[in-house]
Amino acid sequence: MLTFTIRRLLMAIPTLLFISLVIFLLVDFAPGSPMSQIPLTVPPEVRLKIIEAMGANDPLFVRYLLWLKQFFWVEPLVLFDTLFGTSHAHGMQRIVSWQSRSPVMDIIWQRLPQTLSVVGSAYVIGVLIALPIGIYSAYRQYSWFDQLGTFIAMIGFSVPTFFTGVVLILVFSVNLGWFPSIYDTSLRVTDWESFLKQVKQMAMPVAVLALYNAAQISRYMRSSMLDNLAQDYVRTARAKGMAERVVVLKHVLRNSLIPVVTVIALGIPTIFGGAIITEQVFKVNGLGALLINAIHGSDLPMVQTLTFIFAVLIVMFNLIADVLYGMLDPRIRYD
Amino acid sequence: MLDASPKPIPPLVQVRGLKMYFPIYTGLLRRHTGDVKAVDGVSFDIMPGETLGLVGESGCGKSTVGRALLRLYEITGGNVVINGTDIATLGPEALRKARPQMQMVFQDPQASLNPRMTLADIIGEPLDEHTDWNSDRKLARVYELMDAVGLNRRFANRFPHEFSGGQRQRIGIARALALNPRFIVCDEPIAALDVSIQAQVVNLLEDLQDKLGLTYLFISHDLSMVRHIADRVAVMYLGRIAELSPRDALYARPLHPYAEALLSAVPEPDPTLARARQRIILQGDVPSPANPPKGCNFCTRCPKAFDLCRRVKPELAEVEPGRFVACHLFSDTAAAGSTGASEAKERNQQGVTQ
Repeated sequence: MLTFTIRRLLMAIPTLLFISLVIFLLVDFAPGSPMSQIPLTVPPEVRLKIIEAMGANDPLFVRYLLWLKQFFWVEPLVLFDTLFGTSHAHGMQRIVSWQSRSPVMDIIWQRLPQTLSVVGSAYVIGVLIALPIGIYSAYRQYSWFDQLGTFIAMIGFSVPTFFTGVVLILVFSVNLGWFPSIYDTSLRVTDWESFLKQVKQMAMPVAVLALYNAAQISRYMRSSMLDNLAQDYVRTARAKGMAERVVVLKHVLRNSLIPVVTVIALGIPTIFGGAIITEQVFKVNGLGALLINAIHGSDLPMVQTLTFIFAVLIVMFNLIADVLYGMLDPRIRYD
Repeated sequence: MLDASPKPIPPLVQVRGLKMYFPIYTGLLRRHTGDVKAVDGVSFDIMPGETLGLVGESGCGKSTVGRALLRLYEITGGNVVINGTDIATLGPEALRKARPQMQMVFQDPQASLNPRMTLADIIGEPLDEHTDWNSDRKLARVYELMDAVGLNRRFANRFPHEFSGGQRQRIGIARALALNPRFIVCDEPIAALDVSIQAQVVNLLEDLQDKLGLTYLFISHDLSMVRHIADRVAVMYLGRIAELSPRDALYARPLHPYAEALLSAVPEPDPTLARARQRIILQGDVPSPANPPKGCNFCTRCPKAFDLCRRVKPELAEVEPGRFVACHLFSDTAAAGSTGASEAKERNQQGVTQ
């Protein structure tokens, strides 16, 4: 297992380098330029100076190599410095956002908590709802519970989050006035009062995203349970005279969880990616909102860095899913 | 060999009028429009220590009989009395308590073992559920069972996929034996194995029967293997028993036309005998069990069918000592003339008595 993991990590390096190049080229070739952000009243020679100062005028490969160096060498050093109070990265050029002129990684660190608390808790809640629903739906296939679960999952799948989000705002903020419609990022949780306020403002975006996640995962859980319920070894377990609870929870569920765990692990990078649309609807100032603003403003370093971080996470969680698979299923060994 | 003379020992397994219908739902509203009559009124007895072979072509309901007998299906009708308890009517908890005395060896040794459990877990799990032994005693029992089926004790912590087909089937047998059952249904235990391993497994089953006094229902489509292991043989066709006879009598002189045709299909190893042999080749296909023929189930393909066969279903009746046949050729009414059709049915309704 360890050799497999190390081998996969080594293989991930060329993959990620290639991905970073593709992202860089895509972002660079995309229409829109940083120059469009500079007001037309600025004289041409000043414009040129600004562009030169941003490094946007250099040849493509120079900018790419510089970005590589900044991402893989300077930023880790900066992180090391902040963690241990050293000053190795002193005077080095960090990746700087063209929009705000501040280091990209600092902005990302600022935005990460919002995304993790809202999108992350929505994912956890979605999984916690989905698993029991999926298990019971499969066990009582075609019962009214299963039909209802299927119906709700269908809604969760097919109704886009910008619609459910707006409906929730209309009902619970505008009409009932229970929850605020705008997420207040500056709220600090210090006491019970502010904690309640935080829960309230998280409720609606979390509900929208949890419905969407639960819809998907409950379907996976259900179909995986159904696959296993029909297996011969389940009949064997019943013939042994095991209690129904043991048959379902020990024999069927453990085998059914293998593919579901993989799906859940593969879904985790999307948490970091943020739910772009939902964050926009509820004005959550997270990574999704950051990315969309950077795209609007042709902020190439920001888009490049964010997208590449997502790519790294996806590659990592693919590996984690594979390792989990090997741990859960004794038939799979990576040696 | 058992004969028809009344015995003081009661049969271990008594099956009367066993019916297993699988409902068919069709149309927009999934209305119940019919049934697949997989098993349609099957009756037989199995004496303690006996092996009853159950043969028939694919889809005739052999496996369904085996599973319904242990109530792995909710049966549609009939009685199954095993060791004095009517399995067909037990509640879920009572049924679970009754499971130790009746076990099953399944057809597919790969699929019937939980892939995520080790051999020791698989064999020992029934002990967790039905005994209050401590773990040492359970492990000792697991080792004892592994010895009994010829598995090396070192394999106890391996997973099913690490074994060959024959070894897996022996795991399945050890698992079935764990709780000292009296009656074991062997549902085509050798169908998924290659020939050299088949002999091993069948001999193991025979040895265990001698040692532990087991009673088997041996389901198979391999007629020569059934001839080797069974004391009596039941031939099934389309959910009903066509003939139930002692082994030697059946193989020497099958009475039911279907049994005759089936046995003529057994390959003959001697080429000169094989050339001289008359093979009965049946025409047409097996009718659908959802819509069986009105009269005898076999009348559509029977070379000896006559008028009565297409109108009245023949009941299983004892035509010679110990030999039961469901065929109008052997019923008294048919021999006397084809007048009393309904009378014939009434007279034979009692089914089998030993």
